[in-house]
Amino acid sequence: MTTMLKLYDYPLSGNCFKVRQLLAWLGVAYEAVPVDFYPGREHKSAAFLANVNPLGQLPVIDDDGFVLRDAQAILVYLASRHDAQHRWYPDDAKLRGQVAMWLAAADEITRTASAARLHDALGYHLDIDACRSGARAVFRVLDDHLAEQASAGLRWLAAAPEPTIADLACFPYVALAGEGGISLDEFPALRNWVWDFRHLPGFIGMSGIFPAGPA
Amino acid sequence: MPFATDDSNMLDDWLVAGPATSLAGTSEQQPHVTRLLGETLALWTDAHGTPQCRLGTQPLVVQSRYGYLWVCPSGHPARPLFAFPEYTEPGRRTVDCGGIGVAVSGLRVIENFLDMAHFPFVHTDYLGKVPHTEVAPYKVDIDPATNEIWATDCRFWQPRASAAHDSGADVLYKYRVMQPLSAMLYKSSARPGAQDAIALFLQPIDDEHVIAHTMLACFDEVSTDAELIAFQQTIFGQDKPILENHAFKRMPLEGRAETPTRGDTSSVTYRRWLRERGMRFGTRAAA
Repeated sequence: MTTMLKLYDYPLSGNCFKVRQLLAWLGVAYEAVPVDFYPGREHKSAAFLANVNPLGQLPVIDDDGFVLRDAQAILVYLASRHDAQHRWYPDDAKLRGQVAMWLAAADEITRTASAARLHDALGYHLDIDACRSGARAVFRVLDDHLAEQASAGLRWLAAAPEPTIADLACFPYVALAGEGGISLDEFPALRNWVWDFRHLPGFIGMSGIFPAGPA
Repeated sequence: MPFATDDSNMLDDWLVAGPATSLAGTSEQQPHVTRLLGETLALWTDAHGTPQCRLGTQPLVVQSRYGYLWVCPSGHPARPLFAFPEYTEPGRRTVDCGGIGVAVSGLRVIENFLDMAHFPFVHTDYLGKVPHTEVAPYKVDIDPATNEIWATDCRFWQPRASAAHDSGADVLYKYRVMQPLSAMLYKSSARPGAQDAIALFLQPIDDEHVIAHTMLACFDEVSTDAELIAFQQTIFGQDKPILENHAFKRMPLEGRAETPTRGDTSSVTYRRWLRERGMRFGTRAAA
């Protein structure tokens, strides 16, 4: 007998949002296990490190005993397992290369823009200027790329007609950049992309990112 | 005074400076450091277990109450700290739901906390849902003994009123404003006939930044701490972008920059109460 997929979850985490959103789009039922990330730092507790994730990070899934950590890895797994049409993780060599490249950029966004938000919202002691300038550097790369895509008639990060897990992986901490004191005013293509993404059918949103209203 | 304001409403009152748990393992040499009114405070527990506070070399008055540290910047509190009897009431669980930084005047945060009209639009499927948008008339009074604002007979239909609720309910509310930056709400509990208390204590960093500390004192034997915290932070996280996107980060107390409607009786009373005490910190001068 199989058990329902478990997601170790924290509502204000953009990385957990990525997983919640993909599960919603794929129609996969799951059980959320709330983790007291803040103020309790449960993800750094001895029990969590020993039993769930030795890196002390969220999200983590447990799919009938198969435990996987890292938001981007979880997106690859869930899309490979549940998306028979290969829409979210296209089955094409070049597209997969592009997706992997932007999944790595998502990590850079977490290191910079997400860290700036942890500083401003949750009081983390971090070099806020370094976080913000790092975020602007990676946002500049995204913005230039999306502007180029647009001139080729493409809307998303990979050269696919539909959004992929690359877009999902980069989305939340761009959309939440304002909570880290980073304005998107100087990134017009990125702002358009955030708008398009929020208006995808079935977009669930999270605290800080409102789902788009009915059109 | 070295602080970023000379408003006696701030200097002569007890201001929250973070959870008492932040003093664990501290000493005068290794203090906990936090921000208040534009300054950096050092806080620690001495050998007798008593909290101590310093700004530079200057000692400040500090007390530990209701799970938080309270500092009086001037050392001359105009009144004792307000009562919070639910904090120690038998049967209630108290849960520190964490302090969240918000880039706006704290007065805006309290005013939003008192507002029911935004529930269906900002807290959709939790604290409200269109078309249940009407704010029924409620009463607002000022308690002459304590000078606290009380809004009573508040009622709102909520799809999911707390972590313990899993279906819609007509929820009764009472609100209470104890200080310009401290308020409580009491709402129908999952325990029939009882009311849960939710305290919002704002730590003023400067005129346009606060750390919003939330403490629950509730009747709930089912939810885990993580579930209760997740619920409160989900709600507060929905308010945060709205608060931070105000055209004016500071609250206009004079003039007609912002126009209230009938559902805003609490807000009207709060703003008048602030004007009568000559509030300047976190306010916007009339244009």
